Formats: sequence, C-alpha cells, structure tokens
Amino acid sequence: MIRLALHLPMLNSQSSQNQIEVGDGAAIPHKSDAGLFTAWRIAFFGAIVLCLFLAFGRPDQYMAIFMFIPDGILVTFKVTVGAILLAIVFGLIAGLGRLSNNRFINGTASLYVEVIRGIPLLVQLFYIYYALGRFVKIPDILSAIIAMAFCYGAYMAEIFRAGIQSISKGQMEAALSLGMSRRQAMSEVILPQAFKVVLPPIGNEFIALLKDSSLVSILAVSDLLRRGREYASETFNYFETYTVIALIYLILTLFFSKLISLMEERLNDGR
Amino acid sequence: MTAASRPMIEVSGVSKYFGSFRALSDISFTVNDGEKVVIIGPSGSGKSTILRAINCLETIDRGRITVGGMDISDPKTNICKVREEVGMVFQSFNLFPHKTVLENLTLAQTVVRKRSKKDAEQIAMELLHKVNIAEKADAYPAKLSGGQQQRVAIARSLAMNPKAILFDEPTSALDPEMIGEVLDVMKTLAIEGMTMVVVTHEMGFAREVADRVIFMDHGKIVEEGTPEHFFTAPSHERAKLFLSQIL
Ligand SMILES: Nc1ncnc2c1ncn2[C@@H]1O[C@H](COP(=O)(O)OP(=O)(O)OP(=O)(O)O)[C@@H](O)[C@H]1O
Ligand SMILES: [Mg+2]
Repeated sequence: MIRLALHLPMLNSQSSQNQIEVGDGAAIPHKSDAGLFTAWRIAFFGAIVLCLFLAFGRPDQYMAIFMFIPDGILVTFKVTVGAILLAIVFGLIAGLGRLSNNRFINGTASLYVEVIRGIPLLVQLFYIYYALGRFVKIPDILSAIIAMAFCYGAYMAEIFRAGIQSISKGQMEAALSLGMSRRQAMSEVILPQAFKVVLPPIGNEFIALLKDSSLVSILAVSDLLRRGREYASETFNYFETYTVIALIYLILTLFFSKLISLMEERLNDGR
Repeated sequence: MTAASRPMIEVSGVSKYFGSFRALSDISFTVNDGEKVVIIGPSGSGKSTILRAINCLETIDRGRITVGGMDISDPKTNICKVREEVGMVFQSFNLFPHKTVLENLTLAQTVVRKRSKKDAEQIAMELLHKVNIAEKADAYPAKLSGGQQQRVAIARSLAMNPKAILFDEPTSALDPEMIGEVLDVMKTLAIEGMTMVVVTHEMGFAREVADRVIFMDHGKIVEEGTPEHFFTAPSHERAKLFLSQIL
C-alpha cells in the first residue's frame, strides 16, 4: 500500500514526440493494450453490478452501509484533489529547484526529494500531522492534505524534472537567442511543452494518491475507509463493510483511470 | 562591396575548452556592419562553438568578444540585450512546437520587445510574406516541411530587428530540394545589407554571397580571405584538401 519507491520516469530518447515512460503500474487502460482494456471493463462493470446486487439483493445487510459512507467518499475526494493540486505546486518548485544552477537552491530541493522519498508515507503522515498540530491550529483535513502533498511533491518533483529535461536543449537556446531571459524561456517555451509530457505520469500519481489517501483514516479524518471503520465498529459487520469499501475504492480508481486515459487521448489528438 | 568600417562583431584571442579538449584556440576575426562572412571547415573544427560563443550560449575561457560595442564577457553586460541584437538560426530550426507559426514570430516581440499583440502580428505577417510562407501563419510547425520551418525560423529571428544574424548550417538538415528556398531567403537578406555570419557547406552560396571566407580546422582559423582567393588559390594544404573533398 505504501510505495517506497516510484520508478522514475525514463526519458524515451527514441521517440521524437517527447514522451516519458513510467514503470509504475497504475493500470491506466489504453486502447492499444487490448488485454488491459478488457480487464478494465470486467472489473469496472463487475464491481458496479456487484454493488447493485448487494444493495438491492441483500438490503438488510448492505443498504445501511451504502447509506452510511457517502460522506466518506466526499472527504476522500477532497483529500485527493486537494493533495494532488498542492503536490503539483510543491513538485514544480522542487523540480525547478533540482535543475537550478544555484547550489543552495539545488541542494535544498535535492535534500527535500531524497529525505521524503526515504521515509514511508505513513510515518510522514503521522509526523507532519502532529508537527503541524503543534505549531498551528488548522482543520484536520487540511493538515492531512498538506502532509500528503508534501510527500507526493517529492515524487512529483522528479516527474517535473524529467519532463523539463525531456524538452530538447534547442528550445531553450532558441528562446534565449531571441533575447528572452531564462525565466521567460522557462514559462513561455519549456514549461508549456513539459506539462504535456508530465500529464500522464501525473495521472498515475493521482490514482496512486487516491489509494494512498486511505492512510489519512488513521488521522482524525473521516474519509471513506474511516467511515467504514466507524460503521463496522458499531455493527460488527466487518466483512460486509470492508467488501463495500473495497468495491468503492475499486470503482473510483477505475473510473479515474479511464477519465485520465481519455484526457490523454484528447491531448494526443490535439496536435 | 563597400566595406563599412564600423565593426559589428569583434572576436579577439578567443579560446574555449571542453574539459581538457581545446575546441577553440586563439580565434580572432572581425565582422563589420553589413558584412557577410562565411565560416567553413570540417566537422568538429569549432564552427558551431564560435557562433554559440558570439551569442553567449557558450562561455569562453580566454579572449574577448564584443557585439555592437558590448563586451559579452564583462559580467556587467546584459546578455539578454546582446542576444536581442543578434539573431541565430539553427540547423534544427528549433521552432516552438506548441505555438503556431504566427505565435512563433510574435512571442519574443511581445515578451522581450514589449510590442502590442497587434503590432507584433502585423510585423510577423509582413515577415512571413517576405519569406513566402504567409499562408501557413496559423499552422503548427509540425505540419511544415523542413524548408518551410527554416524560413519561419529566419523570419522569427528577423522579427526582433537584429543587427546581425548568425546561421549555423541552416540547410544541413534539409532535403536537397528544399535547400534552394532557404538559400534564396538568405540571399535576399544579404542583398538588403544584413550583417551575416554563416556556417555552411554550400560552397555556391559562399562564392556568391560572402565578402569573406574563414576556414577553420581543429579550433583554429587556418585561412581567411575573399571567396575568389579561397576557392581558386587557397594557400594552406588543409584548405586545399578540404575543398577537393567537398567540391
Ligand atoms: N558541450 C560540449 N561538450 C564537450 N565537447 C564539445 C561540446 N560541444 C562541442 N564539443 C566538441 O568541440 C568540438 C567543436 O565542436 P563544434 O560543434 O563547434 O564543431 P563544428 O565545426 O560545428 O562541427 P560540425 O560541422 O560537425 O557541426 C568538437 O570536437 C565537439 O566534439
Ligand atoms: Mg556545428
């Protein structure tokens, strides 16, 4: 559940289209991968059918669970979206820092990436959550989001760094030779191209984050998993509850994988 | 040709090392206002490196380069200002693929020269007409042939009203049938009086357009002179050998 290492996006030197391959196996279905595509369909629709069957076929055991947990889905969603957006900000800053010629900036960014990637997410969550709680009074959900984002930002930094480095040197040189400053060249020429390259790996991170967000349930955040635990500890229906929780996570992950793959296809058709 | 006496680019005693490898050794030459200088030489002789050094894309270890009177190795000089005055055209075009042809020409005008979008677009369209590619203004670079892309790249650098343009093998990446269209644009610029430094293997172009030819080998200037002299009676063995191979 906790990822200790993410396979770094590799530069694909053969492809002229500037794509980076990611070895991390978040199963984003692609039309070209027929097997995975079929598996996606079976899993997605199977999970939905199973949910419907449980809710309406065994209403006395399951209906109540389905009624109890929707707040949790909303919280899980909030944590995931909040954390990914913030992680993109952290990642962009740290990624640019890792490419900086300034020793201090580069060193700080590298330290952040190395330290964070060396500590399990769960430990970091506890640590940042309680560290934050000591100094500032902010809502639990916000500390959870910051803690998740801080961790994911380190992985995101490597994605941005690889994405920026995948843009050919000639682009920066052409921009500079037109009199642009490095900063202008970065924001007008390099980053817009890099964003297209990093979108697929960021999609993968989003899916991974959606799953890892279940870790915040051990903090005082009522996400999907925690709502399930609350329900189960009242009713002692552990098996039924966790069946539903697992199915809902599966449906969410598969749904967003599909959405992301559709977005990517759009993007590739664009030009 | 009237040899205007005002020096546009002055390179004096420039050396450049990559690690312990000496890519340029004690290079000196001057390009006067309106002059067209062609640099030729075998692969690896340092032609690109000297052009890149003039445009501050490469630092130098010794010597001095001034462009329009600005000393580029002086840390107080604003490098961006120097680059604004000197355009550069690359072998691999380096158009911005996420921008249309028109946007490729307007970007630096608006960001660097602070022109209004409208003015920038008007200037861009005039230049696209000039290089015969106005009909592709809204296309993305990937949809253009190599020759078309290189003409756009030339127009893009012209849009900054540079005082000089450096060309690094502008036709080397092109299919033979497209070389002519790019050389024609460059000849037009030459006739209009643009100061040009051109690295090329197109000897016909060199003969026709160059005021001066510089022959480099192993990071040194081996021979420098008028095209007539260079092509008919080169004084150095290596220049003779190079010419016999390439012609
Ligand atoms: N960034 C670099 N690091 C190390 N060596 C380099 C670098 N750039 C160029 N060189 C070396 O410096 C020498 C001169 O290179 P340069 O690109 O100026 O040659 P050139 O005359 O333009 O050759 P070509 O006709 O192949 O373009 C070459 O031997 C090259 O290998
Ligand atoms: Mg070269």
